[in-house]
Amino acid sequence: MKTIRRRTFASRALNFVREWSLPRQAAGQSAYAEAAKSRYSTQLRPRLEEADTVGTNICPYCAVGCAQLVYAKNGRVIHVEGDPRSPINQGTLCPKGAATFGWLTSDQRMSQVLYRAPYSDRWEPKPLDWAMDRIAQLTKRTRDETFVRTLPNGMPVNHTLAIASLGGATLDNEENYAIKKLFSGGLGMVWIENQARV
Amino acid sequence: MPQWDLANADAILVMGSNMAENHPIAFRFVLQAKEKGATIIHADPRFTRTSALSDMHAPLRAGSDIAFLGGIIRHILENDLWFKNYVLGYTNISTIIDERFQDTSELDGLFSGWNEEKQTYQYESWQYKDMHVPASLAEHFVNTTESFSDCTKRLKKGPTPKDLTLQHPNCVYQILKRHYAAYTPEMVERTTGCPKETFLKVADALVRASGPDKTAAICYAVGWTHHSTGVQMIRAAAIIQLLLGNIGRPGGGILALRGHSSIQGSTDIPTLYNMLPGYLPQPHAFKPHGTLKDFFGVEETPTGWWSNFPKYMISLMKAWYGDNAVKENDWGYDFLPKIVGDHSQQPLTLAIRDGLVKGLFLLGQNPAVGASNSALVQRSLANLDWMVVRDFTETETASFWHKGRPVRDGELTPQNIKTEVFLMPGSLAGEKAGTFTNTHRLVQWHDKVVDGPGDSRSELWFIHHLGRRLKELYQDSADPKDKPIRSLTWNYPVKGEKEDPDVEAVLKEINGYTVADGKQISDPKYLQDDGSTACGCWIYCGVFPEEGHNQARSRRPDGPDGPGTHLGWGFAWPANRRTLYNRASADLQGKPWSEKKTLVWWNAEKGHWEGKDNVDFSQEKPPDYRPEWSQEPSGMDALGGDDPFIMIADGRGALYVPSGLKDGPLPTHYEPVESPVRNPLYGQQHNPAVKIWQRSDNPLHAPGDPRYPHALTTYRLTEHHSGGTPTRSVATTAELQPEGFCEIPPELAGELGIRTLDWVVLSTPRGDIETKAIVTERLQPFQLNGQSVFQIGLPWHFGWRGYATGDIANVLTAIVGDPNTSMHENKALTCGLRKGRLNRPAQGD
Amino acid sequence: MGVPARALDYADSFLPGVIPQEAELTAGVRIEPGKSYGFFTDTTLCIGCKACEVACKEWNALPADDLGLKGTSYDNTGSLSANTWRHVAFVEKISGDEGTRVTEMQPFQSNWLMMSDVCKHCHNAPCLEACPTGALFRTEFDTVVVQPDICNGCGYCVPACPFGVVDLSPDDGKAHKCTLCYDRLKGGLEPACAKSCPTDSIQFGEVPDLVERAKARVVDLHAKGARNAYLYGAPDTPGATGGLGHLNAFFLLTDRPEVYNLPTAPTRAANRVEPALTAGLVTMAGLALTAAAVFALAKAGPTGPGRNGEIR
Repeated sequence: MKTIRRRTFASRALNFVREWSLPRQAAGQSAYAEAAKSRYSTQLRPRLEEADTVGTNICPYCAVGCAQLVYAKNGRVIHVEGDPRSPINQGTLCPKGAATFGWLTSDQRMSQVLYRAPYSDRWEPKPLDWAMDRIAQLTKRTRDETFVRTLPNGMPVNHTLAIASLGGATLDNEENYAIKKLFSGGLGMVWIENQARV
Repeated sequence: MPQWDLANADAILVMGSNMAENHPIAFRFVLQAKEKGATIIHADPRFTRTSALSDMHAPLRAGSDIAFLGGIIRHILENDLWFKNYVLGYTNISTIIDERFQDTSELDGLFSGWNEEKQTYQYESWQYKDMHVPASLAEHFVNTTESFSDCTKRLKKGPTPKDLTLQHPNCVYQILKRHYAAYTPEMVERTTGCPKETFLKVADALVRASGPDKTAAICYAVGWTHHSTGVQMIRAAAIIQLLLGNIGRPGGGILALRGHSSIQGSTDIPTLYNMLPGYLPQPHAFKPHGTLKDFFGVEETPTGWWSNFPKYMISLMKAWYGDNAVKENDWGYDFLPKIVGDHSQQPLTLAIRDGLVKGLFLLGQNPAVGASNSALVQRSLANLDWMVVRDFTETETASFWHKGRPVRDGELTPQNIKTEVFLMPGSLAGEKAGTFTNTHRLVQWHDKVVDGPGDSRSELWFIHHLGRRLKELYQDSADPKDKPIRSLTWNYPVKGEKEDPDVEAVLKEINGYTVADGKQISDPKYLQDDGSTACGCWIYCGVFPEEGHNQARSRRPDGPDGPGTHLGWGFAWPANRRTLYNRASADLQGKPWSEKKTLVWWNAEKGHWEGKDNVDFSQEKPPDYRPEWSQEPSGMDALGGDDPFIMIADGRGALYVPSGLKDGPLPTHYEPVESPVRNPLYGQQHNPAVKIWQRSDNPLHAPGDPRYPHALTTYRLTEHHSGGTPTRSVATTAELQPEGFCEIPPELAGELGIRTLDWVVLSTPRGDIETKAIVTERLQPFQLNGQSVFQIGLPWHFGWRGYATGDIANVLTAIVGDPNTSMHENKALTCGLRKGRLNRPAQGD
Repeated sequence: MGVPARALDYADSFLPGVIPQEAELTAGVRIEPGKSYGFFTDTTLCIGCKACEVACKEWNALPADDLGLKGTSYDNTGSLSANTWRHVAFVEKISGDEGTRVTEMQPFQSNWLMMSDVCKHCHNAPCLEACPTGALFRTEFDTVVVQPDICNGCGYCVPACPFGVVDLSPDDGKAHKCTLCYDRLKGGLEPACAKSCPTDSIQFGEVPDLVERAKARVVDLHAKGARNAYLYGAPDTPGATGGLGHLNAFFLLTDRPEVYNLPTAPTRAANRVEPALTAGLVTMAGLALTAAAVFALAKAGPTGPGRNGEIR
């Protein structure tokens, strides 16, 4: 909440006179233009100017790779629009890219882990750490139960066919790298796929 | 080709793509070309927003693209319209093929080598005469009776067999002519439904916009890949562009318009089952891949750039296993899991359904909407022991156990679904740093500006902390099976209260470093096969060339007077080259083909290649360099100074592909697996090598089944993003296309008494959906071989979640696959249509 | 093609703030008070993507009107309204004169017409003249804007607009319409719709420059074979009729105006009612002044639109 400044009678009167249209009209301003300008109009500025951080983003939708500028204030995004410097989009965006701010602030976003126990009919919120521990244990258990070191003919395979991963085309290269490295190179998973075949 | 290079094209064919709708910003450059006089052509089953901005719309039935493109190839060859110097110099047009080769024109739609029992081809008769050329794809090995490596080593002994007069009956030129002789304009019309006059105008426009002074470009998207013949559609475009001399040149080329922000990156650094980073093959249990020596023996290509394969492979294993990768253990080769078959998404659905797969991670993917045969997908999820869904909202997939189709239909209830489900909030754009690779291989960094809400985390955070926990769980294990996870390097620094992994540390590992002193490496040419270098993905080497220099973060575009290649904006793999094979932009002597079309050229005085782009060639190899065959040269030494296609073992653009393709060396028209008509060209109805998983929960129907008379095609709209999860959750986009619908030509709507906004039911053997009708002339009936076929269009964005809802289109589609990629065929199937609604309980929110 | 030279001055991934006079980079124009700004909407470049509708709503925090398939081609927002300040109309004319579907079209947009409609910011704006409170006014950028702290929702402006643009919001009862992004212009930023437009169908700039550019475009289109291209709302063209003067937001069309739901010859209703209105205005102004004086003394504090930041 903003603190409301106490105003003196004199300052109010001064403001009133300053904002009053008639003297401005008398001074030759147009009643349809300058003289009609309200306090709101006088004070109006684009909210981008309030940003304390401006960073470069790449549009999260298709693969054209349009650059965006993300404007944030006090740790919250206040707007997203096209980056005028990009040789691809030069500030423009398509309807999806133009709705990036709407996506970030969508009321459909969730902010905590939901858990559905076997045979349950409901979601229940869970702490992130609990979920991470549980997922690590399940992963280990399934891997240990199903790991194959060699085929009957002696061919080493060192894999599990019981754990799968889907997704990656919407993720960063670093994330894809970590997924492939851990899941394939570390755990021996072979069902690793993403939207490239969808 | 870079997207902005489209502005330099003299004609642009958009086919297999609805570019204006699905890649609107890329379409800017199409309109810039138009301003300069280029002809814009849209060949597509529907009249779309792309067609409306084009000079020509060539309508063709979904799935008939190879007949159309084959017709263009025939037109070019029969009328002698190909770019002689380019094609003779840079392609394999004169190469002589094995005398055992037989074409589809002789065998009624099959090539020689078909094994009826195994339903696959043997590839030997497709090879060059006395010489095997390994595939340039990730998987170089093909099965041969004679030792494959013995065959390929002959590439070092002398040039490939050629007849420069093109008279030899088995030279590629003669084979091409025979193969496409039947693809006459009349046949194109009968097969595709496109009037032959329109077809000929398209062919003519492409030819007129090609040559030394001109270049034409072709743009495609999933309208080509979503077919059982998808790879061959793209191949057909490659043949046209090679014949017209449009590859490697400014304003020329083939632009794949891909659909997700980093789908290119996730292919380069693949979350895909059959490849390791940088298009290295994942070892396969049923190939001679038992030891690293065997693996190199069959996967290393003796000539061309791929001869560097062992350097990239060993550097990758050094990056993954660090000090645990030593020469004595083959650099940890056995730690890598071997695949045993097709582990892609469609067989995965069946493996989950059949109980083979117990646990599933979904990292930003929503298969209940996006995957073929959605009812089967949803049913299969109930067979999992556990599932982790990471997304920003509850997707249809995450909610399958209480809102899914089997639950709605009473087949399952939450009380009898065992699956343990974790739904975890993910971070979005602006809430995490990292790189995306766009559709033209441009790697661009994005900043973290704010934290995501609450417990939302990046996937890197999730994977890093999951890996950390697993390494702890396994740290005391002496079981040999746990050696890979225990050997894995996993020490990315974390920062802040949330312990976010340092993204640049991961990018530096991807880029590569010297093992001894941890110095970043600036170019793939410095990678070694002796364990002295580590590199997570060789093609990205140079993205972070030195400490403090993240080239993906560079924001220095070219100004108005610059060359327009924007080498200072981001990083394009490999080695910041913007146009692949750009050596071909110069003639055989190294001079640009025309002053109007310059990109790189040979500077004889300085003894190197120079120009507007980084040359995709050996920087100092002169145009007149010839291999010294008596020395049995290998690698790049075996390619001449005028062999621009350096990833291919003979350096030549492949009009004819001897290995690497599972369904033939030349694109051939086959009908979709489900088609309303018989194949007009051959007795062979559909792609013989197609992957079909025919079973009771994935039924298919025979051609011409009267229950499913209409051609059906699925697609995206500009207002939504693929499965629609983001855009259906945002009011400003949801209101633009707020409900599911299908598009029906008025001729068919009239027959069935359907008006716009009426409810209709679409059905296939997999299931049926109800949706609203939009009756529009943008869809049209086709006359095919005297038979009238209607085509229906169906956007597939919708589901039961979010503000914009509708039945899931993929309930209708089937699990079938292109033999080369396992890609489904959701662009071309058949369906039944009736007016009315389904009698069923309400679903979802 | 290169980007504008000044873009090279900002080579970091993080920026210190808004790029000053960003419109120079995105539209090639400096925004300064005292000049006349507007839109030239060239329908031949429009791909009907509706980025303008979305960018407008995201910037101005406008809610969705109602969700439902309208069955009018790809138009599901229906019309301009208090909550929709850019609206893309879709007109399907896929069949040619012979009744068969076209395969060869004139260059640029044809046969499926798409047009992004917007407030015309008329030179002689009837809405402004009809406004009894001075809520509608002409800004220092020669645009016509409703001031939400003044508007009392009387609705006189609604019938006054010959284009059906101004609308009362069911949420706050006040008049709303395109402001040509008044706030952005003050910060040197191109209006949101024009900045986002992927194909530069919506061009923002100084009106005299835009008119010149538009005239040249018509000549060029005629030469390229689009012989039916013409301007609507530029000086001395259809649309600039009935005493409106020219329209600061004008269009390039290739079919009759009514095909795009534009009036063939818009008229300034104020031509007929001006004398009566002036008398009314004087009375109203007197009353309002008295009320305002009392109000201002009784209650302090800044007033705002109460709309920004609201996401529904």
